[in-house]
Amino acid sequence: MNTPTQDQPAVADSPVRRVLRDFFRKPIALISVFVIAVFCLTALITGLCALGGIYFPYDPNATDLANKLRPPSMAHWLGTDNLGRDVLTRMLNGSYVSLTVGFVAMTVSLLIGVVVGAVSGYFGGWIDNVLMRIVDALLCFPSFFLILTAVALLGPNIWIIIVVIGLLSWTGTSRLVRAEFLTLRETEYVRAARALGQRTPKIIFRHILPNAFAPIFVTAVVGIPEAILIEAGLSFINLGVQPPQATWGNIITDGKSYLLDAWWLIVFPGMAIFLAALAFYLAGDALREAADTRSERK
Amino acid sequence: MKNLLEIHDLSINFETREGTVHAVKNVSLSMQPGASLAIVGESGSGKSVTALSLTRLLPVPPAKYVSGDVFFEGQSIRRMNPDKLREVRGGGIAYIFQEPSTSLNPVYSIRSQIGEAIRLHRPEVTDVDAEIVRWLDAVGIVDPAKRMHDYPHQLSGGMQQRAMIAMALSCQPKLLVADEPTTALDVTIQAQILAELKRLRSEFGMGLILITHNFAIIRGLCERVAVMYRGEIVEYGETASILRSPQHPYTKALIACIPKLGSRSRRLQTIGEALPA
Repeated sequence: MNTPTQDQPAVADSPVRRVLRDFFRKPIALISVFVIAVFCLTALITGLCALGGIYFPYDPNATDLANKLRPPSMAHWLGTDNLGRDVLTRMLNGSYVSLTVGFVAMTVSLLIGVVVGAVSGYFGGWIDNVLMRIVDALLCFPSFFLILTAVALLGPNIWIIIVVIGLLSWTGTSRLVRAEFLTLRETEYVRAARALGQRTPKIIFRHILPNAFAPIFVTAVVGIPEAILIEAGLSFINLGVQPPQATWGNIITDGKSYLLDAWWLIVFPGMAIFLAALAFYLAGDALREAADTRSERK
Repeated sequence: MKNLLEIHDLSINFETREGTVHAVKNVSLSMQPGASLAIVGESGSGKSVTALSLTRLLPVPPAKYVSGDVFFEGQSIRRMNPDKLREVRGGGIAYIFQEPSTSLNPVYSIRSQIGEAIRLHRPEVTDVDAEIVRWLDAVGIVDPAKRMHDYPHQLSGGMQQRAMIAMALSCQPKLLVADEPTTALDVTIQAQILAELKRLRSEFGMGLILITHNFAIIRGLCERVAVMYRGEIVEYGETASILRSPQHPYTKALIACIPKLGSRSRRLQTIGEALPA
């Protein structure tokens, strides 16, 4: 434990810094972050190039029926699909769609969940009751089917998909945030802030929220693969992002009829989804552990 | 000259599932500007509730103001509009709480928290960091320019309490309410903090209400004392005369509880009956 002496380190030791330090000490965290970084970087670069009309190594939509269903080779590292399109290019172009859906949908869901949970947890009373009954109502339905219905009715446009996923997956976050707020609003420092005349919104966002950050952040990290999986699921039943735009989910969809003949159409995108989701989950888990040890060691 | 604080016949109840608790019963007090008052009593006597009620800090669903009012500089606290009340909180009446380690937000540095207080109540201050250093220095923290970047967990209990006092004083309140400020600290630090409070009072001239269950610490620090028992004030007057000749049996018992150096009896005095907590 830090004992204050005259020779304190120059950089102050904030709780955030300590959690990060504990996090990066775990090998699993380092590996996961590395994998996530690789995926994100690839997606970013491919996405930016796509905006500029540059595709590599091939044009993702160029069909080449003479070369259809070729296994992985020197010319096509991950093989070709049933229309002769290069799988590697399509996977790269699918990565930014899948990851964008993941990040943005998670952000929408997080924002709604945090606000609802914070308001519910801090104010209690009838506000809490009303909000939590809405949450209960939403939880009656399996979220995937709600999303499916909404997308089927509104049309499978990428932004509609993102917003729908975001609007229907915030319930878990809100309960978590509410639980944190119920505890944290009784803390001494909140009482001290009120005694100092601080206004309620400031107390919620400046004082309580940063202290609730650990579970929120972990939920955020875990929310990304969930959104990616939902999108892949939607694509699998043709309600995801529509062709010709590639996503990991619809490469699998196209390939499902050729499962026995062309395993590469399923295995590569499947592995990509699997690895990305696994990396996020493991990182989230390591982060949760790092945050927990912090609070226990007091 | 207007009284700094006047409590008129204040009664506060707590509505609980087991029934109504009469936490404060017909309490009346008054304080001149710059005066010092101690409110002494056991846990459950209503002293903290009285103190918190001064700026309506009690959570109102369980708590209920049954009757009476608090007047700060002549203005009614119960009828005050929320904006004015927020100004009074901190700027007029500032608090120091019992547990300094939990009264400071763990994710912000001392500088950030004191800075927040200053910006809230004294927006005219341009060099906030200099103000922070000035107040940390005033409460006796060594090397304040460096220490202010520390987080609460990096400070010892005594230093945390000093930081809290600095935070309270930086708003330049007219009245400082210290709710058991030294109970969580060890005895030597206790003496230091009390000495600090005494010095700060004489330097800045603010009023002080010291809430404690320990009669021993008020001598020399508080001119008047109110003894509370079960929500009521049972004795109220000058500290010196009450310590010399307490009138109420409860006061006598409390004073008798103070262990005296050199006394020959082996058993310490206690008060038999436990109060409803």
